[in-house]
Amino acid sequence: MPFTPTNVATAKEIIGRYPRPKSAILPLAHLAQDQDGWLSGEAMVEIAALVGVTPAEVLGTCSFYTMFKREPVGRLVVSVCTNVTCLVTGGPEVLDHLRQRYADDDDVHVEEVECLAACGGAPALQVNYEFHEGMTPERADAIVAEYQQGERTARTISGTAV
Amino acid sequence: MPETRLVTKRLHDRPDDSWTIEGALATGAYDVLRTALDLQPATIQDEQVKASGLRGRGGAGFPTGNKWSFLPEGSYPRYLVVNDDEGEPSTFKDRMLTERDPHQLLEGIAIAAYSIDAHLAFIYIRGEFALGYERLMAAVRDAYDKGFLGENILGSGFDLDVVVHRGAGAYICGEETALLESLEGERGMPRIRPPFPAIEGLYAKPTVVNNVETLSTLPHIIAMGGAEYAKLGVGKSTGTRIFSLSGHVNRPGNYEVELGIPFRELLYADDLGGGIPDGRSVKFIIPGGASSQWLTGSDEHLDAPLDMDEVQQRFGVMLGSGAVMVFDETTNPALVAWRLAKFFAHESCGKCTPCREGTGWMEKVLYRISHGLGRPQDLDLLLDVGDNISPGLNAPFSQTTICPLGPSAVSAVVSLNKYFRDEVMAMCAHDTAVPA
Repeated sequence: MPFTPTNVATAKEIIGRYPRPKSAILPLAHLAQDQDGWLSGEAMVEIAALVGVTPAEVLGTCSFYTMFKREPVGRLVVSVCTNVTCLVTGGPEVLDHLRQRYADDDDVHVEEVECLAACGGAPALQVNYEFHEGMTPERADAIVAEYQQGERTARTISGTAV
Repeated sequence: MPETRLVTKRLHDRPDDSWTIEGALATGAYDVLRTALDLQPATIQDEQVKASGLRGRGGAGFPTGNKWSFLPEGSYPRYLVVNDDEGEPSTFKDRMLTERDPHQLLEGIAIAAYSIDAHLAFIYIRGEFALGYERLMAAVRDAYDKGFLGENILGSGFDLDVVVHRGAGAYICGEETALLESLEGERGMPRIRPPFPAIEGLYAKPTVVNNVETLSTLPHIIAMGGAEYAKLGVGKSTGTRIFSLSGHVNRPGNYEVELGIPFRELLYADDLGGGIPDGRSVKFIIPGGASSQWLTGSDEHLDAPLDMDEVQQRFGVMLGSGAVMVFDETTNPALVAWRLAKFFAHESCGKCTPCREGTGWMEKVLYRISHGLGRPQDLDLLLDVGDNISPGLNAPFSQTTICPLGPSAVSAVVSLNKYFRDEVMAMCAHDTAVPA
């Protein structure tokens, strides 16, 4: 859906921070994900108008970055690291388990990601960009369940605290 | 050998609130900024920063004072850009400094901006660092409120605005010219240099790009005096560095130590790495992040000092971003090389053909080797692909690509061949092609 009046004001404030409006594409795409839970084509068209470029340029930029979800991903994005430190400490087992466990759950999007800079507590994952370290398949399960049941408050799909 | 805590002192001393303005002010934050603003910018640049021997903590290790001095005289506007896009595998120090001591970073930014006469600074923070972004935004707000940022800072007449900019998931944006592209709202693809950012950087204006740890070190250099700081460390590796130690060690974590101590000490000292779990031996070490060539667990390598130049000259490895990954005797080195190749293939921006195509092929070939499906000619095939990205397979590398990502991907293959050729050849017993 279009930016709410509050978010239009926020978008204009963000654009004003930069010498050139196009710099605001990334922050505005995050803002759209905060609002909608994903980055829709409609949002990219609106961002293009706000910063004065074509929608194709916004898509061109946004399609480069893994955090922008250009289709709906449910309420929780679970990002599991399997880069080398996590590889030798059990990251792939956590990933495989979560992928199977949530295969049919539209609410939970499980993805494999590159190093999250949490190697001191490997294996690590993020739920909507909140860190959890020292993971095992069981502990990862329990944490995702806590978000689902509301015992933990999830950030937005772009990682903003709510 | 205990840690030498300068940059990590506050976050250890005030574990519960080091990131707040209250916690920071109670431990002397921004005191040094007052001192710095009384000095001439040229004095800071020459007598403090250049004299300190400070080298960039992001990976390349370029002398910070020299980087500043490349800005053309009289050319404005000019920008300071902070590289907080930490993504080099197994590096986790800048995230810690951002989340737990953002005011130290802001103080360093204000000192650097004053020294180079920039009035607008951008902090490019990795998109995945949600908590870091939150704390940085709060710290910037509090710093403005207290007069440490904004107009006429502490009555000095110096103005500085700071904008925090979130990335969105792309390792390549840690490369400084890709970072500038990204900050301009583009795909994060590196630029051909020259022109270097100091001449034509952000919005084609003179720009200095510095790493978080580099800038966080500045207040300590001013406080101690550049010459005094230079007494720490060894040779041209002056001062302290934060090493991100991970993998098969009993006490993984960030440790700030004087440069020059041996790898063995970092891995085994009781108050540092604490040794290898279950008393196993070290099979190999990846020093300096995924982009570096490897070391082994030999005495010669373990006794090598954490000295940027010596390890480069003697063993062709780099201390890079300060990551030190440890792998014990149970590790399959080909599997680690495959996972690194997969990383580089995923993160290649696609601009240069040798990297775009080569990293993908290396991943496929290493997959089949590490999963028991390798052919006898596969290791040499990998070296051939690597040679097309980084001719000669030397360190420091030459390259057919615009940025160092492609050559970085070759490091693991060269190391496999150098130290584990027999072990890898034994995995390459298939005499027929197996589709990857």
